[in-house]
Amino acid sequence: MSNVAVNQTGAQSGVNGLVDDWTSDKQTYHVPWGKAMMWIFLVSDTFIFTCFLTGYLNVRMTTTEPWPVQSEIFALSFFGSDPIPLILIAIMTFILITSSGTMAMAVNFGYRRDKIKTFWLMVATAAFGASFVGMQAFEWSKLILDEGVRPWGNPFGAAQFGSVFFMITGFHGLHVSIGVIYLLTVATKVRKGHYDKKGYEIVEIAGLYWHFVDLVWVFIFAFFYLL
Amino acid sequence: MSSEAGQQHPLGIYYKIWVLLFFLSACSYAVDFFNVQGGMRWGLVILFMILKAGFIVAIFMHAVWERMALVFTILGPPTVLLLLIGFMAVEGNYASGTRYQYMGHDPDAVALTPSDLHGEAGGHEEAVEEH
Repeated sequence: MSNVAVNQTGAQSGVNGLVDDWTSDKQTYHVPWGKAMMWIFLVSDTFIFTCFLTGYLNVRMTTTEPWPVQSEIFALSFFGSDPIPLILIAIMTFILITSSGTMAMAVNFGYRRDKIKTFWLMVATAAFGASFVGMQAFEWSKLILDEGVRPWGNPFGAAQFGSVFFMITGFHGLHVSIGVIYLLTVATKVRKGHYDKKGYEIVEIAGLYWHFVDLVWVFIFAFFYLL
Repeated sequence: MSSEAGQQHPLGIYYKIWVLLFFLSACSYAVDFFNVQGGMRWGLVILFMILKAGFIVAIFMHAVWERMALVFTILGPPTVLLLLIGFMAVEGNYASGTRYQYMGHDPDAVALTPSDLHGEAGGHEEAVEEH
């Protein structure tokens, strides 16, 4: 091939670049080490969440009891209205997408070295994340206290519903909570100017984690709440 | 396209993807809201899910701009999970078949809903009488 695309660093891209990167007897990934490590961590986390969701698939297929109707269990009425199906979950989904957008912009302003905008966008992202966890806490307490759902049984149908629900949404909520702490830590350091010399890759790395949390929710929303 | 300066792209593409993600989420919610059932429900929900996941990974996580060596490291290993999902689906199908055959089950059994249990007006009274 004569017209191989060449990027700014002078290395080839595409398949030729892939071969080059793996055969050059030096560093394979041309990204900051922290970013490569975050990606490796996220790949391993993908395995954990997929194992949970596959376990859910298996127990839901094999139970002989009817599976509870999610859209009615997660319905909520406002000011005495008729219950609106899945409304809280829909709001949580939109909040998480909004936070993903503010995070993507924080990464962008980080590379522009606009510390104030980066800081506030990260704080906004963390605030959306915290409100997500708050709504999840509300949802859990409603299910536990009002409906009597337990990990070992529930009044609606198949007992596995409770175990799957608490395990999967709990583990995801834990990820969101850790993400909020992580984002606030990085945001504070951005504002103090800790990354002026090191560069702002750390904002992108934190962003990768946050987008991953949103990504996992996309699958939970589809498989656990909608299907 | 990734350079030592990191991933820098015009803000416009983030806004477009952001709006698109909102739209796709609204679509998946609409599937439930308008009570689409059966194969259509599965097809639509999974289609919107894959599109959303794809745009998040490609644009927000910058995978589309990364070098192929990193992209294959990210996307390669998780493909074996498809094998796990396939195996567990086959096994689950077999297990549920044997359970139905030897343990029996009530094909007319319906899961209860909160309105059945709390006796709210407009609930599924018929389902309550059956149980």
